[in-house]
Order: sequence, then C-alpha cells, then structure tokens
Amino acid sequence: MKWITKLLTSSLGQKLIMSLTGIFLILFLIVHLVGNLQLLAHDNGESFNIYAAFMSHNPFIRVISIGLYAFILLHSIQGIALWLTNRKAKGGHSSKGKVAGADWSSRNMALLGVLIFAFLCIHMGDFWVKMRFTDSLPLVNYPGHEGAVEDIFSRVHVAFQNIWIVIIYVVGVIALAFHLVHGFQSAFQTLGLNHKKYTPLIKGIGWLYAILFPLGFAILPLYHYFNL
Amino acid sequence: MKLTLHIWRQRSSKEKGSFETYAVTANEHMSFLEMLDVLNQELIEAKKEPVAFEHDCREGICGACSMVINGRPHGPVKGTTTCQVHMRHYKDGDHIWIEPFRAQSFPVIRDLVVDRSSFDRIIQSGGFISVNTGQAVDANSIPIEKDQAGEAMDAASCIGCGACVAACPNGSAMLFTAAKVSHLALMPQGAIENERRVQAMVEQMDKEGFGKCSNTYACEAECPKEISVLHIARLNRSYFKSMLTSK
Ligand code: HEM
Ligand code: SF4
Ligand code: FES
Repeated sequence: MKWITKLLTSSLGQKLIMSLTGIFLILFLIVHLVGNLQLLAHDNGESFNIYAAFMSHNPFIRVISIGLYAFILLHSIQGIALWLTNRKAKGGHSSKGKVAGADWSSRNMALLGVLIFAFLCIHMGDFWVKMRFTDSLPLVNYPGHEGAVEDIFSRVHVAFQNIWIVIIYVVGVIALAFHLVHGFQSAFQTLGLNHKKYTPLIKGIGWLYAILFPLGFAILPLYHYFNL
Repeated sequence: MKLTLHIWRQRSSKEKGSFETYAVTANEHMSFLEMLDVLNQELIEAKKEPVAFEHDCREGICGACSMVINGRPHGPVKGTTTCQVHMRHYKDGDHIWIEPFRAQSFPVIRDLVVDRSSFDRIIQSGGFISVNTGQAVDANSIPIEKDQAGEAMDAASCIGCGACVAACPNGSAMLFTAAKVSHLALMPQGAIENERRVQAMVEQMDKEGFGKCSNTYACEAECPKEISVLHIARLNRSYFKSMLTSK
C-alpha cells in the first residue's frame, strides 16, 4: 500500500486530488442548480420544500452529502497547501512586467477558492444549519403530500430580501465563475486528457459552464429580491 | 540608441541583491548579449566589476543565456532565446530591467547567473536509456511513423534553459520534465523504460523543491522552443498509469 501514499503525496498526486474533487464539485453544482431552480416556482414553496425535505431525509442522499462535505474540505485544504508550497517554490518575483500566458484566474485560484469558501460558510450557516440543527423553521402541510415539511422556502425568501445577502451571493458566484474559467479545463489537463481532437470541446464546455451555472445561481437571490 | 539598464547585482547566493542603474549606448544591429558586452567593457575600463551573465553558443541552441528582461524570461520576442533578441526591438530612451531567473530551485550564483544543476539531477534520475546502442545506426533501419518522430523531435528541441520555471508563477519544472519524458517515450528505444523513468524523474523533480503545476501555461507561452503543454498531459497520464500498473 506504500504506492498509494507515494502517489497521493507526489506533486502530481496532489494535483490528482484537486482535479477529481473539483470534477465532483462541478457535477454536484449541476444537481444543486437544477433542484434550486424550483425556488423560481410561484407555488408557495410547495415543490421546493418537498424537494428539500426529500434531500435531507433520503439515506442515499445523506451519504452522498457527507462525501460532498468531505470533498469540499479536502479540495480546500489541499488547494491551500499547494498554494503555500508553490509560493515558497517561486522564491521571489520579477520586479517589472508580466509573463505571457497565465491568465488572471489561473494565478488567483487560491484567492478565488477562499472567497468561495467564505461564501459557503455564510450560505450553509444561513440555510443548512437552520434546516438541520434547529427547529426554528415552521412546518407546513401541502395537500397531496404526506406529513408536514419544514418551510425553508420562506426562510430563503426572507433572506433574499436583505440586499447584503444578495450582494454576498452575487460576489460568491462571480468568484465561482472565475474559478471555473480556469478550473474546468485545468482538471482535464491534470488527468492527462489534452488532445487536439477534444480539448477545444472541453474548453468550450468549460466556458459555457463557467458562465451559465454561476448565472443560474445568481438569478435565484435576484429573483426573490426584486419579487419577480 | 541610449538606454538605461536596471540590472540585478548580487555577489553570491548568501548575500542580498539589488538593482543598479547603468547607461549604455547600443545600436539596433547588436544582439542583447552584445549590448551587455559593451556595458561590461566599459565597466572593466572603469575598474568596476562586470555584470556576470551566462552564455555559450549565442545561436539559440545551448540554453545558457538565462535572464529575465522586463519581467519576461528571454525577453520580449516569442520563441526566442536572449542571445537571439536584437536591439532593434528597443528604442532610444528605453529603460530595461534585467534580473536572474527567479525560483527557489535555481539559487543565484552571481548577478544574472543561476545554478540550474537541479535540472541535471532530474536528467540523471531517468532521462536516459540503459542499453548501449553502439554506433549511430542507419536512419531508416528502425521504422518510426513520421508523426511520431515529429512529436518526439518537438519534445527533444527543449534546450533545458529553465525559462519555463522562471515564467511559472509556481516555479514548476513540469514543462522541462515533460519534454524530456516525452522525447524518450515516443521512441522505441526509450519507450521500454518509460514506466520506471516517469516515476523516477517526477520524484527527483519534487525532491528539488520545484512548485506544483497548476496549468497556468505561462511555460508554453515563454518557452524559447515553444514546447507544448500537451507533453505535460502526457507526463501526467503516464505517471498515473505507471503508479497504478508498475510492479
Ligand atoms: C464548488 C466549489 C468549487 C469548485 C467547483 C471547484 C473546482 C475546481 C477545479 C475543477 C479545479 C481544477 C483542478 C485542477 O487543476 O486539476 C480547482 C482548483 C483549485 N481550487 Fe477549487 N473548486 C471549488 C471550491 C474551492 C474552494 C472552496 C477552494 C479553497 C479554499 C478551492 C481552491 C482551489 C485551488 C487553490 C485550486 C488550484 C489548485 C492547483 O491547480 O494547484 N476551490 N477547483
Ligand atoms: S521546456 Fe522550453 S523553457 Fe523549459 S527548459 Fe525546455 S526549452 Fe527551456
Ligand atoms: S547562448 Fe546558447 S542559447 Fe543563448
């Protein structure tokens, strides 16, 4: 089993962890956005609240979400560790001018990551902690659905009346967009998947993803703030 | 043309360095190194210490002439070493900042000269084939597909200059290491040992304290031989495959 530690502590192994956890997070965001688009429904929160209750009680999803929290932490800790060793390896900067290549996102992945992390803490504290660990949410009943469910929809709606929360969300998803502009294609390069045949496609999908998904997430608070 | 040079002066790796300012008159036909020769001649005549910089072939093939010019390794011209940059790219009155390659694994020896023996140790760890191939054989006695030979040749054009490390915001040596791994892996003589080689060279690269590639691609943009990051992808996949399948 020594080879596993050798692999995972090598520079390439550490990057493999970043890439695999990053791709997992990208896939997660697809599910997360599709589910949360129910926040746009004008049904007194019925579909969203029932969906939220399902997501927090289904045992399979519970297991996946524990994996998700672990992967977020692993990705963040490994990312910061890489940033620290890389700063040391650089050992001083040139005083004038700028190198070619290396776009802004690629040089600021750690900064963007920390912004995303700070956002996640606020986001989880706001909704997930309240749903999971407190009984502060009122219960509602919907005809045709068995049992009462927590009314997280109203909590979200109230939170999104606060302009500061809306601003934090918008800044959070902008950081995510820039993180993905570099991160999406980078994850494939790390895995060794770079080829004239399909890399243009990966880059194209990466750009689309990096624009459309953050935009989708930004619409949710804006939609509620402006009571659309 | 009259130029103002801001040159990094540092007596040894143990002492702190700083920029010193010099005035020099050059003409557009000079190469960048000839312009520095003119400056050094004046310094010597004034009984001052000349600027130490490395050079050998002065025709873009040895990789010795390492320096950062206005923030860019090997200066402003794409796909060109410092010795091949000519003064016609500058104009009268320009200020030029000249520094050594900066990376923890390239300690400054003096002024613009850095110690790149970490590259030699990466080569020594696996950048060779273990069988004695004897005399050069007839070029066509081992059939190799043209595209394959072309790709190996592209990788082999790496001159080991270290500009990729100097350009990289992480001080990573991946482009160099990947070029060396590729040019051997793509040839039948070198392919056999690829599994062992790729592990050994990555291990040595890490041991030398180079940074960890975050795919910024600054290396490819600044490499005087325009080595492609496709080779880094090849290194990544052969390393993972080797780790999973080797004995
Ligand atoms: C949902 C949120 C996130 C997604 C989808 C995501 C996705 C990615 C992807 C795909 C990569 C590229 C991996 C590679 O180059 O192989 C990456 C790199 C990185 N991520 Fe994230 N990430 C997220 C959150 C975070 C957080 C919270 C942090 C840290 C606090 C972070 C820090 C980093 C760093 C530092 C890198 C660069 C690693 C390197 O190349 O050296 N990320 N991310
Ligand atoms: S890959 Fe390019 S920049 Fe790096 S050592 Fe080789 S020739 Fe120089
Ligand atoms: S002196 Fe040989 S490449 Fe410049």
